[in-house]
Amino acid sequence: MSASELLRELDSLKDAKTQIEHKISLLEAQLREINLRNDAAPPNGSSSLSYPTNGLTQDMIHRYSRHLMLPSFGVQGQANLLKSSILVVGAGGLGAPALLYLAASGVGRLGVIDHDVVELNNMHRQVIHTEAYVGKPKVKSAAAACHSINSTIQVVEHEEALQTSNALEILSKYDIIVDATDNAPTRYLISDCCVVLGKPLVSGAALGLEGQLTVYNYHGGPCYRCLFPTPPPRTACQSCAEGGVLGVVPGIIGCLQALEAIKVAASVGEPLSGRMLLLDALSGRIRIVKIRGRSMQCEVCGENATFTQQQFLEFDYEKFTQTPLRVPPLKLNLLPSESRISSKEYSEIILKKETHVLVDVRPAHHFKIVSLPKSLNIPLSTLEARLPEVSSALKKEEEDSGVASGSSAQLYVVCRRGNDSQRAVQYLHKMGFASAKDIVGGLESWAHNVDPNFPTY
Amino acid sequence: MQLTLEFGGGLELLCDSKKIHDVNIEQHNGEDKLIMKDLLSWVRNNLIKERPEMFMKGDTVRPGVLVLVNDCDWELSGQLNTSLEEKDVVVFISTLHGG
Ligand SMILES: [Zn+2]
Repeated sequence: MSASELLRELDSLKDAKTQIEHKISLLEAQLREINLRNDAAPPNGSSSLSYPTNGLTQDMIHRYSRHLMLPSFGVQGQANLLKSSILVVGAGGLGAPALLYLAASGVGRLGVIDHDVVELNNMHRQVIHTEAYVGKPKVKSAAAACHSINSTIQVVEHEEALQTSNALEILSKYDIIVDATDNAPTRYLISDCCVVLGKPLVSGAALGLEGQLTVYNYHGGPCYRCLFPTPPPRTACQSCAEGGVLGVVPGIIGCLQALEAIKVAASVGEPLSGRMLLLDALSGRIRIVKIRGRSMQCEVCGENATFTQQQFLEFDYEKFTQTPLRVPPLKLNLLPSESRISSKEYSEIILKKETHVLVDVRPAHHFKIVSLPKSLNIPLSTLEARLPEVSSALKKEEEDSGVASGSSAQLYVVCRRGNDSQRAVQYLHKMGFASAKDIVGGLESWAHNVDPNFPTY
Repeated sequence: MQLTLEFGGGLELLCDSKKIHDVNIEQHNGEDKLIMKDLLSWVRNNLIKERPEMFMKGDTVRPGVLVLVNDCDWELSGQLNTSLEEKDVVVFISTLHGG
């Protein structure tokens, strides 16, 4: 068998294994329930008394006993929770812990919407997914995990991207919405839809080592647009894929989102409305600040706002935020083709031992992860100040290889994906390094087209 | 006037990656009070080391930045006209979108 045949066979076996495991856990849960019921069946001939239990079944009382014993939560809180429905938008770093706790706590109907598949490089934070699900839809994986924790609740799978065209229909089926997404346009879309439908919104976000949490559109409180009427510039919206994130940080915020959703669903405590929690994980600080109330001038929820379902359907969130709803990696094209080489061509330059200098313009902490041999790290932000280093590296290379006078060492520039390298080459051309060329697609292309063993991140 | 200024949500990258700045601001032109408008231009001139457009737009902060004076949204205290007092803590935080 060829490698690809083996891989296909492995994939289909893993598929079958997952399905069987899922079936086993379902059957085991059913069996446990039957056993519980049989254990509880009154012995022959004994009277079948009825006991007042405020509508909770024997199984529920057993499963949720630690909730029921809480004076501030109790039977009423649990009964409210069991009757409630909550939709979690996004089964990523925030959604993963939120879904696990919401399922365990006994939310009656728990929905999850996501269009993505499970990826290994997200598993450091998306703790609901297991390795067996890599490459499979996150929704399937998340629903299976929720079900294996609590087979008595209803888990609803929405395997699609949230858009204006499906948002009203999907969100209207739930009492509470949890925003566990990762981009600005979707956040505006969800908030507006919640205002139009009158649903409370538990909103969380995390990046790097910081997190933020608040509840919008709750009991006359502000909506997302009351706080942020104008979207930020696109360059201010880093994603976890671009900026990195410590896995446990969205984990903490996701748990807090579950907490707020449970409080709203159970009608207990004071939900975090009109206040915002700011987590700075590195310094170990959490601050809770008072934010503005509902803005009279808000275009969506304000006094004179006339934002209808029809307007929602027609609103272009991508244009509004200048960001695509599904974020494709940015692909710049700044240079003429004669100023660019492919990663394959660069590998031949190495083989032929051509005299050259390779400048890697990624940030120093990226360079530490992995780099090409003999590359010189000059981060793009410091290139201006470090131009002399480029000149001297070229000169040294020429001297070392004894290049005949008249010809010179070539200058190549690489980065992670081939955008910053173009910006750098553009600048180098302007500063007199006319022969500078960038490697198209950067290190990702090297891993893809030259050496599959090169680590990507 | 002694103030503590904090930058978060990525804004600290604009001021040498330092989050907390204890500063002493001298008032000019005989004014004895300092308002947020004055503080913003002071921050822009003295602390912001790169990409000022990521901090300000016009004479206020750029969209997506929350300003908190003593843990309270500046919208509630008069925005640019908020008067500052000795030892106040002013936080500038950029809203996050990741997850
Ligand atoms: Zn609003």
